[in-house]
Amino acid sequence: MRRAAVLEAIASGWSRRQRARHADADLIRLGLFVLVALLAAMTLSPRHFFSAANFESMAFTLPELGLLSLAMMLAMFSGGIDLSVVAIANLSGILAAQILVRSGAFPLAATLGAACLGLAGGAMAGAFNGLLISSLRIPPILATLGSMQLLTGLATVLTGGAAVYGFPEPFLALGNETLLGIPIPFLIFAAVAVAVAILLGHTTFGLRLRLVGSSRSVAFYSGLRLEKVLFSSYVVGGLLAGMTGLLMAARAASAKADYGTSYLLQAILLVVLGGVRPSGGVGRVPGVLLALAALQIVASLFNVLRLGNFAKEFAWGLLLLVVMITNTVLDRRAARRPATTSVTNAQNKEKTP
Amino acid sequence: MIMRHPNRRHEAVLSAVLLVLALFIGLINPGFFSAEAAFDLLRSSTVIGLFALGVLVALVAGGIDVSLPAIAAFCLYTTALFGGAFGVADHPVLALGLAGLTGAVLGTMNAFFIHQFALPPLIVTLGTASLIRGGLLAFVGTRIVTDLPESMAAFSHPAAFAGSGPGGAPVGGLVVSFLMFAMAAAGVAFLLGRTTLGRGIHALGGAPESARRMGLPIARLRFIAHGLAGFLAGLAGLAHASQMRNANPFDLVGTELTVIAAVVLGGASVAGGRGTVTGTVLGVLILVLVETGLVIVGLSSQWHKVVLGGILLLSVATTVRRVSRAAWREGMA
Repeated sequence: MRRAAVLEAIASGWSRRQRARHADADLIRLGLFVLVALLAAMTLSPRHFFSAANFESMAFTLPELGLLSLAMMLAMFSGGIDLSVVAIANLSGILAAQILVRSGAFPLAATLGAACLGLAGGAMAGAFNGLLISSLRIPPILATLGSMQLLTGLATVLTGGAAVYGFPEPFLALGNETLLGIPIPFLIFAAVAVAVAILLGHTTFGLRLRLVGSSRSVAFYSGLRLEKVLFSSYVVGGLLAGMTGLLMAARAASAKADYGTSYLLQAILLVVLGGVRPSGGVGRVPGVLLALAALQIVASLFNVLRLGNFAKEFAWGLLLLVVMITNTVLDRRAARRPATTSVTNAQNKEKTP
Repeated sequence: MIMRHPNRRHEAVLSAVLLVLALFIGLINPGFFSAEAAFDLLRSSTVIGLFALGVLVALVAGGIDVSLPAIAAFCLYTTALFGGAFGVADHPVLALGLAGLTGAVLGTMNAFFIHQFALPPLIVTLGTASLIRGGLLAFVGTRIVTDLPESMAAFSHPAAFAGSGPGGAPVGGLVVSFLMFAMAAAGVAFLLGRTTLGRGIHALGGAPESARRMGLPIARLRFIAHGLAGFLAGLAGLAHASQMRNANPFDLVGTELTVIAAVVLGGASVAGGRGTVTGTVLGVLILVLVETGLVIVGLSSQWHKVVLGGILLLSVATTVRRVSRAAWREGMA
């Protein structure tokens, strides 16, 4: 009991100070960002932007990036990174497709089975990452780089590199139908986002993960079982990625080993934009959601401006750098104001690989 | 000097693996044991090798660089385009200078972001890779340059001493770009192993805070390391274009993973401060041999990624055992 109390005190004291310094400022900054992007979109092309069709198409596509970002957020929150999220998503979609194309007379049962298989595959892939990172002590960059190759390779071998299609109706509904006027993918994403927010913000697991992310040695000497906490976080990340794979397959009505490769950079960008520090321990789900909204507006802005794919790639890269630089500059300014222990912060960042 | 021992042992293991692989491939396909095949192997390891040297320098300095293929594509394309159009790269040395310099400038851009704002190198270089590649394709051009300037094509010509190779073998294949790689490898080995600058780069990667307190010029070391990585990427781009006989701005995407796998296989640590040129070159040769082996064994190209990922994970899993559980818990690795 005493250990738990100490843990709570360390984590809450730390997070409150951090929150004062980072999170609120982040949210305000993001809010401004959304506002500016909205104004730009409004003035440039009000007719296109404010059409119901535009919002509906957003509500169908946004959950994919959103779920991947939550998976990425979990990894970064613990001080790591997950480069394999897109690979896991595609593999899950392909696993599900193996059942779906053989659905025959039982479309509903096949859909259920496929969803279970896809989610299980995602969780297994996440567990594989977790094992590499926590038990074999492989740095997350390398572990997930390797598993990304391995899983993409497996997905290619399973499909021969081609797209798999011919899914039954109930599964397709998952990605293309609405419920009470709201697209089903969006409903799923909203539910998952709330669940992850509760998991990170209001459970012991979330607290532990925050502590592991902010300082591994403090977490260890507080008696936490690092391996278990890290492992679980990657399993949850894999599960979220698997869910993304199902939604992607349902919306595209097909599964392929190399879908959504541009999502990786966007997910990292989004999580960083949402105020999650790559050094770990800092970040909240609302920030990531606001960043998702901001990015979606920027993306439709790009479409309004008729930017080509390459110009978009350029712009995403630029945006990532600008956002990180702004965060650092403002963090430093915030740290300088009260003469606190900002030196240790700078040192921590220095060491991040 | 203390670190020599484990490196040597690792390199011995790698050499053994390389030997076994070569014997295995040779048993299946006796044609493999020929000067021609050997030169072929060396030629196909040139581009990856140059990239690997760049990644090695970045890793030893405590960073990582996944933007090198994007930099290389940028260098090869701009050199071919402007070198051809304005005649600024009429001589191979000028072409080399132009490509290398462009690469070095882009590399220092990485260093600027990493150093000035204390940002994680992986995410910075992911961003700059997208920036550079997107910028190249959106603003410079997407048309493949098929009439490569003679100064660039010259890098795939047989080397100066063609016809009288080692052992008097008939030499058709030892090309200029491979000599460039060999010289770069020797240069990087000398820099990292025998100079004060190299010691400084090791110190920066091994323990940045201690290096700073020792009064080492952290900023300069970082700029030099990442600039050098960019320079080597520029050379890799040049070698690639000369081998392909065209300048394709879409090329080289995705190579970064193979390269990192090779360098890590060679014993370099992603935590920084550790890594040798010998190990890296062995790692590159092993990966190239494995690819050759897969083709010879008849495994379809779909399996390549699985094998590559497996090798990467296996090699890291075996080398990371050097990181003690205690150090890991302290967040040191």
